[in-house]
Amino acid sequence: MREVILVGLNHRTAPLEIREKLSFSEKGLDRYLRSLQGLSSLTEGLILSTCNRVEIYAATTDPEGGISELRGFLAHEHHLPLQEFESVLYILQGEEVVRHIFRVASSLDSMVVGEPQILGQIKEAYRAAHAARATGILLNRLLHKAFSVAKTVRTETRIGNRAVSVSFVAVELAKKIFGHLEGREVLIIGAGEMCELAAQNLARGGVKRVIVSNRTWERAMELAERFQGEAIPFPEFLNSLLRVDIVISSTGSVDYILRKEKVSKIIKERKNRPLFFIDIAVPRDIDPQVNSIDNVYLYDIDDLQEVAEANIKDRRQEAQSAEAIVATEVENFCRWYHSLDIVPTIVSLREKIEAIRKEELEKTLSSLPQLSEQERMTLEILTASIIKKILHDPVTFLKQMSQDSEGELYVDVVKKLFKLEKE
Amino acid sequence: MNVFFFTITLALYLGGTIAYLIYLLFSQERAAWNGRLLLGLGFIVHCLNLVTRYIEAGHTPVVNLHESLSFFAWAIVGFFLVLRHRYRVDVLGAFVSPLASLLIIWAAILPKEIFPLPPPLRSYWLPIHVTFAFLGDGIFALACCAGVIYLIQERFVKSKRVGVLSQRLPSLEVLDEINYRSLTIGFPLLTVGIITGAVWANYAWGSYWSWDPKETWSLITWLLYAALLHQRLMVGWRGKKAAIMSIVGFGAVLFTFLGVNLLLEGLHTYAQWSR
Repeated sequence: MREVILVGLNHRTAPLEIREKLSFSEKGLDRYLRSLQGLSSLTEGLILSTCNRVEIYAATTDPEGGISELRGFLAHEHHLPLQEFESVLYILQGEEVVRHIFRVASSLDSMVVGEPQILGQIKEAYRAAHAARATGILLNRLLHKAFSVAKTVRTETRIGNRAVSVSFVAVELAKKIFGHLEGREVLIIGAGEMCELAAQNLARGGVKRVIVSNRTWERAMELAERFQGEAIPFPEFLNSLLRVDIVISSTGSVDYILRKEKVSKIIKERKNRPLFFIDIAVPRDIDPQVNSIDNVYLYDIDDLQEVAEANIKDRRQEAQSAEAIVATEVENFCRWYHSLDIVPTIVSLREKIEAIRKEELEKTLSSLPQLSEQERMTLEILTASIIKKILHDPVTFLKQMSQDSEGELYVDVVKKLFKLEKE
Repeated sequence: MNVFFFTITLALYLGGTIAYLIYLLFSQERAAWNGRLLLGLGFIVHCLNLVTRYIEAGHTPVVNLHESLSFFAWAIVGFFLVLRHRYRVDVLGAFVSPLASLLIIWAAILPKEIFPLPPPLRSYWLPIHVTFAFLGDGIFALACCAGVIYLIQERFVKSKRVGVLSQRLPSLEVLDEINYRSLTIGFPLLTVGIITGAVWANYAWGSYWSWDPKETWSLITWLLYAALLHQRLMVGWRGKKAAIMSIVGFGAVLFTFLGVNLLLEGLHTYAQWSR
């Protein structure tokens, strides 16, 4: 009977320096997969390497040997002595592996729970392993199941729904106000890093134009270029407030650069078209009173932070219902997995055929009451030896196959052919 | 036959209301789907109810309070289904379906017999005048619901509590857009309703306008919406002010429709109303 095993490390067990050293580059992945296939005790393998985790999934008939080979593989491929990273590794086997990959795919094991990238990364890792013919029936089924579990979790819980980083919260809010971002214009005042991040996410959301206004002209140009936007001299930002929809501000100014009276006037001139201010400067750039004007919305860095934290809390609650989904699916998968055992399959095959023989024999005998005891015995022996002869070859074949990597496949087929699964 | 269809309509609208409230409170996507289905089926059966009642009565069934309430609810649900198709705003259903259900329940406890049409109402103008008036009222009901949702959502965004409920409500932009659209559709309908009423009044009573309470209140309603439309187009009113104004306007609609008939005496009050 083969088992799935896993040797890996992630953001919780290992610091970045070690994760970096042990990661598998995408370019060399084919080569790594080939040498993984070369390991004698493994029948299937898959490498998942992201910035937060390095994990090797494998199927083997010899779990202990497989695990030690995988550890050696990590050390050998990265030219590192095992002792140096042994302590950060986690080693899982059987059901634990199933639970682990279901949780990883559902983004329950991520640094930011619910972040969506991990599923894509697993799909990519699987595609590469499958293309290199490194996976077989066990890992194929396991991965496909992991994808469908992740999908269920995503649709049935709100785990991925809420923005949990400040810059995404800003985008979420902009969408609450403007519906969609297509055709909207963004003004960036000051050219800090946070500004850039928020603008980047807005741009990804479909914003039409980015206008940058900064005291240092070069920096304004540089940032504007990055977004294929437009740089304007700092004093002119007031004029552009008439046309833009979203303003991100992070100047180093000690005093407010925008006060309520000014914004009131601007909003009147805009004929009340809504204006969304994101003030990420500390000290603040925009008078908090601005938020009290109709059709003007102002969020400062603390507000955004608070929303993000509330969303994280919400996600944690959702994670609990996600865990319940995962638990059920692990159980289902393990039931299938254990059913692939060869001995019980042979036993239940024999039992089924024997039951058919008995039933049919009894029917025949009861319609032939004139038969003597000896004749009855002869029939009994005859039928028994027929099924014994018929079953001999398939059973021998199955026993041989149990040593082979394709074994589970045949067990699966036999179960289906003879309908041995209990409903 | 029309009463049979009416009962089924009532049941379907109530089912739709429950489904939509479940959607709003527990964010079950499937519940919104069910709500839409039930409300859609309810609307179809409601159409059958109106048609059969028309055939059985021999005149447009908008004469007594039972019929008027039912027709009003029909217009509201019909417009909602169109708006929901256009803007994908299922949350609106959670506000519209209880309103429609209330109207239908009220209609259900009123006498449903068909009376012969009183002589002054025997005119082609009856269906024309009443249909325009009610279609206008129906779309104003939606503007009011969208206004209520706007105020809730605006409160969430302003007070920086954008939690789970805020997540489910439509964006401010879409809600304001619904407000504007309803206004541009509802206002002409109401205007035509009043004009046809005046023309008919001239035929029936010999004068275009006689300051009967219904007429006066229609005019007040019309002025309210005219003011809102003017402010929107000229001054650029939108958002919160427009939302509040739509709610006030709908209050006037309700008073013109119900308050006048139930509380005040006038030319529009016919015997069947009070019974």
